[in-house]
Amino acid sequence: MAQRITIDPITRIEGHLRIDVEVDGGEITKAWSSGQMYRGLENILKGRDPRDAWLFTQRICGVCTTVHALASVRAVENALGLEIPLNAQLIRNMVQAIHCLHDHIVHFYALSALDWVDVVSALDADPVATAKLADSLSDWPGNSPKRFAAVKDKLKALVASGQLGPFANAYWGHSAMKLPPEANLMAVSHYLEALDYQRKATQALGIIGGKNPHIQNLGVGGVTTNLNPDNETAVTMERLYYIKQLISEVKEFVNMVYVTDVVAVGALYAEWLPYGAGVTNYLAAPDMFTDAAGTKADLPGGTVFDGDLGTMKPISSLNDSYFKENVEESIARTWYDGDWSKHPWESSTEPKYTDFEDEGRYSWIKAPRFQGKPMQVGPLAQMVVGYAQGHKLTVKSVNAVLDRISAVAGVKVGPEILHSTIGRHAARAVRAGMMADLCLDHWELLVNNIGSGDLEIFNPPTFPQGEQRGVGVHEAPRGILSHWIVIQDGKIKNYQCVVPSTWNAGPRDAAGQPGPYEASLMGNPIADPERPLEVLRTIHSFDPCIACAVHMLDPEGKEVVKVKAL
Amino acid sequence: MADTVNKTLDPQVDRRGFLKGCTMAAAALGLSDAMIPKLVEAAATAERPRVIWLHFQECTGCTETLLRGSHPDLARLILDIISLDYHETVMAAAGHQAEHNLMETVEKHPFILVVEGAIPRKDGGIYCKIAGKTAMDILAEVAPKASAIISIGTCASFGGVQAASPNPTGAAGVQDYPELVGGTPIINIPGCPPNPISFLGTILHYLTFKRLPALDSMNRPLFAYGRKIHDQCERRAHFNEGRFVEQYGDEAHKLGYCLYKVGCKGPETFANCPAVRFNDVSVWPVSVGHGCAGCTEPNFWDTMTPFYERLPNVNIPVAGIVAGADSVGKKVLGVTAAAVGIHAAVGIGKRLVKGKNDDD
Repeated sequence: MAQRITIDPITRIEGHLRIDVEVDGGEITKAWSSGQMYRGLENILKGRDPRDAWLFTQRICGVCTTVHALASVRAVENALGLEIPLNAQLIRNMVQAIHCLHDHIVHFYALSALDWVDVVSALDADPVATAKLADSLSDWPGNSPKRFAAVKDKLKALVASGQLGPFANAYWGHSAMKLPPEANLMAVSHYLEALDYQRKATQALGIIGGKNPHIQNLGVGGVTTNLNPDNETAVTMERLYYIKQLISEVKEFVNMVYVTDVVAVGALYAEWLPYGAGVTNYLAAPDMFTDAAGTKADLPGGTVFDGDLGTMKPISSLNDSYFKENVEESIARTWYDGDWSKHPWESSTEPKYTDFEDEGRYSWIKAPRFQGKPMQVGPLAQMVVGYAQGHKLTVKSVNAVLDRISAVAGVKVGPEILHSTIGRHAARAVRAGMMADLCLDHWELLVNNIGSGDLEIFNPPTFPQGEQRGVGVHEAPRGILSHWIVIQDGKIKNYQCVVPSTWNAGPRDAAGQPGPYEASLMGNPIADPERPLEVLRTIHSFDPCIACAVHMLDPEGKEVVKVKAL
Repeated sequence: MADTVNKTLDPQVDRRGFLKGCTMAAAALGLSDAMIPKLVEAAATAERPRVIWLHFQECTGCTETLLRGSHPDLARLILDIISLDYHETVMAAAGHQAEHNLMETVEKHPFILVVEGAIPRKDGGIYCKIAGKTAMDILAEVAPKASAIISIGTCASFGGVQAASPNPTGAAGVQDYPELVGGTPIINIPGCPPNPISFLGTILHYLTFKRLPALDSMNRPLFAYGRKIHDQCERRAHFNEGRFVEQYGDEAHKLGYCLYKVGCKGPETFANCPAVRFNDVSVWPVSVGHGCAGCTEPNFWDTMTPFYERLPNVNIPVAGIVAGADSVGKKVLGVTAAAVGIHAAVGIGKRLVKGKNDDD
């Protein structure tokens, strides 16, 4: 008989998420994803100055800090047809790349590692054997017996104090925890080291952004980060080389520790590779533009349907109509009034709460669809799209990680394993490595441009009478983000955000098609319904961000194309 | 009194003196007598002080800011200094395991409560639910039992971004719910997000002296919110001399002139940003050429916007007279030092925050 499990709150994510599953015969047979918070930020923006929108929207999320700021200024610039200076584009790219490094590291260690790593088991590890294991995987200088012994002592003291704090009453000793004690101790040590390296990334971001979370160096028309090598208040060569040093250190950590740990988890949990694919339609945005106009992207965008690389269609610029014309959001199963599907520019929002209804309405998150289909977004989507395009850096980086997993697992694995819970972690680690490379590339482009004498950072916006519509597209750490704005006589008339976690965490649509979280849980094993660790594994692999996912949109009763439920 | 309190809180001293000290500490903290046994328990054990951190309508930016803190860093904070018994973003347990941890601490131990995010009141509070309960229900359950409440960020302090007009969910800060909080003292650490230094400094002060730091009329610690940004700004000399940026990216901007005319809210914002700076790399918004947004002030999303328009009624002292910004040229060079020392006369504009119009 099916058993119902409700997990509320889902912890180690941003925001308030509830997941319900039905378990039958040790497997998940039904799933519901429900956003539990609503703030109404898009309504707050109505009537305000479009130049202010990025400061408001950045507060959609402090974990995804920067991303809603970048998408917002792009949306207004797109509406005005305003090009920004090349320096501004490159500085924004560095903001994007550096934030991504911080975010991916924090996600793997602080937010998801404890689904795979048994902290208590690490107490049984031998520090010397741990160092031997770590050395077999990587040359990271931090992997010494002394370091591992110190971490073990720290853990011992914590357990002896009887105050486990955030580690209390978790999933230690769960039958799905499979790592040997030494692998667990290595991971706990890296968990602590990751806190130091994510901070280095935030320091680099601070130099450009003035502070973070929530940078304060953007504007509609460019950036305010002053580039004047001859003025003490500006970003001088000392500041630029400080950034380079910090990013180089973070890059080392990513390649020698983060990627290595993901490879180890992937190889040691090979039995998990068949789980968690869910929706295999993928959508990614192009980004990291090397030209002022936003037409030459270093990160590839596009779509792939049904996991078939042959279906790849590119999205290549900030103004690509293939993306702009094919997005709709369904509210049929949400706590909003109506049951339509609408394009974001046509949307509105009226909350209408009903409580949790399995067969009715159950979430504050809307259900975005591309050509009527649910799409998975995030680092995996970007890797799949890039791989399908033969994008050089993507192919090289993905193959390198697959080779490493094959070597540790002792079995040859190919890109097909990426359509999985573990694949999402692997893709994120690959992306972190790529972003470290791209960050340093764009640093070089910026320095060369400054060297050529170009110090321009800002093209002032002017707002004509009448109506303008724009979209700001950005590939955030959790996937494609788009802000849709309608400006009337210099004021915001409508503002809607279609966010990565809206794509992934959204509920069923009018046609009953589940969202990616829901689909990915189907068939996952559940060893102990009282401690549903497996649900956390799959949900965390998406890196949920629920503050982002919930805002408001309204569609109009358009028919949604019926397709086979996944 | 502080020293007496500290000494008597040392469990090594005799029992009578110890209890007396706890009573004095309770009085210093503004706690009711009912809190004394809890304080005794907290002080007498070697336990790390327990902290419960609740998230309501928020963006997790205040939690993220702790990841940026370096002294203490997050690992030291949660392994050596406090026991972080409940924190949704960090804790390993989820669902009913997590809720069990919360109730264990609430019911059995003294604890400090940190609140991140606003609490929606409209429609019975259904706009924010955790474990089936509204944010208001959870606050009512937890807050009265806390030794003290730290409202971290502008949302928990004053309502924040979701409380901006038209405040669709009726969001408000913790101190706006006295009926749910039940007399527990509240410290506000506003900012969007606040500097981790301001939060960590408050925690360390409280744990060391067993009392709250000195607060201003809005319950903000004076050590972090005691002075105007404008009065600590490295570009203040440019303001005094009438040298202004007229547009981002112009020559004056390249030279680091004052950002008042492009919307800087420093003249009406109380915070330590120019003094302590961010991310351990000596930066703050003005140092990257952007004006202050006024994010530590109540309702700044309404009172300080449009962000790129100048504050009204701010006069500029130049060449010994006080002049309006419009009558001062972009580059008034060679002005004598006579102007320096005359503080800007900040008028009470329509946006001016009540009670904060006096220059220090």
